[in-house]
Amino acid sequence: MLIAATLAIFVAMILAIIRGIAGPTLYDRILAVNMFGTKTVLLISLLGFIMGRPEFLDIAIVYALINFISVIGVLRYSDTNQFKHTPTNNESAEKEP
Amino acid sequence: MDITITISSGFFLLIGSFLCVSGGIGLLRFPDFYTRMHAVGVTDTLGAGMILIGLMILSTDFLVFAKLVMVLLLTLLIGPTTSHVLAKAAFHNGLMPKGLNTLEQNNNKETNSSNP
Repeated sequence: MLIAATLAIFVAMILAIIRGIAGPTLYDRILAVNMFGTKTVLLISLLGFIMGRPEFLDIAIVYALINFISVIGVLRYSDTNQFKHTPTNNESAEKEP
Repeated sequence: MDITITISSGFFLLIGSFLCVSGGIGLLRFPDFYTRMHAVGVTDTLGAGMILIGLMILSTDFLVFAKLVMVLLLTLLIGPTTSHVLAKAAFHNGLMPKGLNTLEQNNNKETNSSNP
């Protein structure tokens, strides 16, 4: 069952990468990267249990903290003027049809 | 006793992996940013919590159990905070929900047609 959960998390990570590449706006990409980081935490924990080395949980804790800090940092950076044009352009492109 | 531990942890891991895959499909298939955020929120809190509870049942050492509790608490704190900040930033920077655009367009059409 551990291996089945690992495969399910791999599938979810692949779907998140597809959305991160194809996402129309910046926020979709940030959302996909955030989900990818959370799935990485779960994957490291499961791999630690599969390989019989539960010391990997320390790396999982560090990964969770890094993921949180990176998402908050990118979102703080997205309040600047260069990023504000991106959603409005896409919004106007979606309005046309 | 051993088979009880195996079955209960397998049950939690199964529910958690199902929620993770459904969250990934929702992230890929939903039409809007805010609805995608709903799918990711479900996956981040409930799926991760179920998988971590399943690992907690499997763990034999107390230190491993304590680390898993720490990862679970971090996940439960980080996921809603990130969702809130993401939605707030997207809404402040002018990303409207999909149905709201059509509503605004309809209202504009009605006002434009009624004004002249």
